[in-house]
Amino acid sequence: MDNNHNTVLETKNLNIYYGDFLAIKDVNFKVFRHQITAIIGPSGCGKSTLLRSFNRMNELVPSARSEGKILFNGEDIYDPSIDPVEVRRRIGMVFQKPNPFPKSIYENIAWGLKINGFRGSKSELDDLVEQALRGAALWDEVKDKLDQSGLSLSGGQQQRLCIARAIAIKPEVILMDEPASALDPIATLKIEDLMRELKENYTIVIVTHNMQEAARVSDYTAMMMLTGDEERSGTVIEFDQTNVIFTRPKDKRTEDYITGRFG
Amino acid sequence: MSTLTALKDVTFERNLSFRKLKGKIFEILAFFAILLGIAMLLTLLVDVFLDGLPWLSTRLFTEFPSRFPEKAGLRSALQGSIWLMFLTALMAIPVGVGAGIYLEEFAPQNRITRFIEINVANLAGVPSIIYGLLGLGLFVRQLGLGRTLIAGAMTMALLVLPIIIVTTREAIRAVPNSIRQAALAIGATDWEVSRDHVLVYSAPAILTGVILAMSRAIGETAPLITIGALTYIAFDPKGPFDIFTVLPIQIFNWVSLPQPAFHGLAAAGIIILLIVLLSMNALAIWLRNRLTIHW
Repeated sequence: MDNNHNTVLETKNLNIYYGDFLAIKDVNFKVFRHQITAIIGPSGCGKSTLLRSFNRMNELVPSARSEGKILFNGEDIYDPSIDPVEVRRRIGMVFQKPNPFPKSIYENIAWGLKINGFRGSKSELDDLVEQALRGAALWDEVKDKLDQSGLSLSGGQQQRLCIARAIAIKPEVILMDEPASALDPIATLKIEDLMRELKENYTIVIVTHNMQEAARVSDYTAMMMLTGDEERSGTVIEFDQTNVIFTRPKDKRTEDYITGRFG
Repeated sequence: MSTLTALKDVTFERNLSFRKLKGKIFEILAFFAILLGIAMLLTLLVDVFLDGLPWLSTRLFTEFPSRFPEKAGLRSALQGSIWLMFLTALMAIPVGVGAGIYLEEFAPQNRITRFIEINVANLAGVPSIIYGLLGLGLFVRQLGLGRTLIAGAMTMALLVLPIIIVTTREAIRAVPNSIRQAALAIGATDWEVSRDHVLVYSAPAILTGVILAMSRAIGETAPLITIGALTYIAFDPKGPFDIFTVLPIQIFNWVSLPQPAFHGLAAAGIIILLIVLLSMNALAIWLRNRLTIHW
């Protein structure tokens, strides 16, 4: 495996429970800087749970708890001294269904800046909003209607607005939970193009059901599968460069899954 | 014998016209049910307007109650109602909305929370006279506030509090969870999410609930009679510690007098009260349709 890349996120013996139910079992894998890492696998194998543990969104489920470590730049984000609010500022997230705030397009971006302590002038704020919208390849489409509601945009535009909202506060990592699954093929391609641009400045982790999408955009792929005695706990069974996973998988289960012979 | 062979023996009679006739009969019955309700309301309105219209004049707004029907007005009752609404809103809205936010957004999911939730729902069903007795015992006597506006407003605030809490919770629950997650995911604290998103988006529905709660309070009579607001007031209330009367009580007062002229006055009072109530409800509906966010 290529170890020249610098590690941003690393899980160590990560177990995640919902109540007594072990949803994720003994996950060990790494996310490298300025790379796109895809997490693939069948439905219900814990892909989203794993993704949401990286910015501590998973603990919003009342019964959820975790064991093991998730190191972010070498620091355990589950350490009691770490505030989840700070984790989420530095590790952003884009959700499956576009969820812009029912506020103006401008305010959708500016709000995140304001709560995170932006203290500049109005024109500086304008610049940051423009920068974020340009970064999400949305500026040209919305520059004349920044005061319109974010909900007035099309689905694909809404999702790019959510990406703009995430990158406005300059996180290091962007987690994407099936960001294109609710979009049509053209909007999906735009999001994928955008991801390739974004990796210049950000590290991206994407959960996807769509193996073509994983093959098209990602540099690394983690294959998840249900394991254990009753096959109820998800784990990463194979992690490698995407071209290796898709051409020479080591695990038979990975091969079956990506060639469509699974199940 | 298996079910399949049994089915073969069944002869189907489609009899569509009879089935449609049954539907038609039900439709007609349902129509008469709604007609009955509307007819009752119309009868009431027509009757009140016939009795009250001759007595409806600006004098009602400018004159105090009097022994002489042609000199009597609702001045003190109207002012009492306005004062009472103002003070009730001042106390009930912050407490009720605050309690609703706490229960929906902050309270841990445990037995104590569930116990509180059940009891808030139960409180909404307690007869208003019970609140009057509580107000009499606690505010008028125990706290020594007397039969004042403030004692009345505190009693009314207690009465409408469960309504405000329940409608606030429903309004907050209508804000999709995906919005809370979106805000948390960019590093917001729980309070920032509530302040800038949940409260803002649920405000129209909360406001609607508050107006409906207030219109309940403005028409409520029993608890105020209980705490002793059934008195002859011939001066303008100047502050929260003045004694008072309100519209429905003045109406009740006039109805109970023997002279028919006072019954006309009461009908005129009812017209005014109905106008106030219907405009409050109309405002609530308008606000709801106008400001509600369509997700």
